[in-house]
Amino acid sequence: MTVLAIGLIVFGLFFLIVGSIGMLRLPNVFTRAHALSLTDSLGAILVLAGLAVYQGFTMNFLKITIVLVLVSLLNPIIAHATIRAAHRAGIRSSKEDTK
Amino acid sequence: MSSFFLFVLVTLTVLMLIYLFRVVRGPSVFDRVLGLNGISTKAIVLLVVIGTVYERVDMFVDISTGYALLNLVGALAIAKFLEERGAPKK
Repeated sequence: MTVLAIGLIVFGLFFLIVGSIGMLRLPNVFTRAHALSLTDSLGAILVLAGLAVYQGFTMNFLKITIVLVLVSLLNPIIAHATIRAAHRAGIRSSKEDTK
Repeated sequence: MSSFFLFVLVTLTVLMLIYLFRVVRGPSVFDRVLGLNGISTKAIVLLVVIGTVYERVDMFVDISTGYALLNLVGALAIAKFLEERGAPKK
């Protein structure tokens, strides 16, 4: 069970590192939101699943599962709302906005 | 096992510093909002890892849930405000 937990946590940390590299290097706000919402949600879900498996099947497993469901629901909502606001505020994914 | 969790804590903190660079240097205000969202996602995970290290997961998970909900309310409020107002001119 501990080996499975370590595997899940390391796999999730890989996705979190990839997401932060994308946040650092991608050119404009839409591509950055792509890096953040996809890889960041998956990485957080995998790390939390590893921590829940490490607890064993107790009450703490259920509580960490509640946080996991909350993160997987709320993170895409926030990214979508921010990008919709950016699009309606007039930012486009064109050459001159890219820097 | 404790040293492995310390490694996870240090890695998450370094990732939060990378997102903080994006918050400080972001060209538009939406980059800053996205960077804050990434930092708060890392903070939610970080609180659960700290609870696992100190073996008080039942307490730290509640703090983490409250942080997730407050982050949702704050980010949606900022997004709605900027959607009505438009992006500020540099």
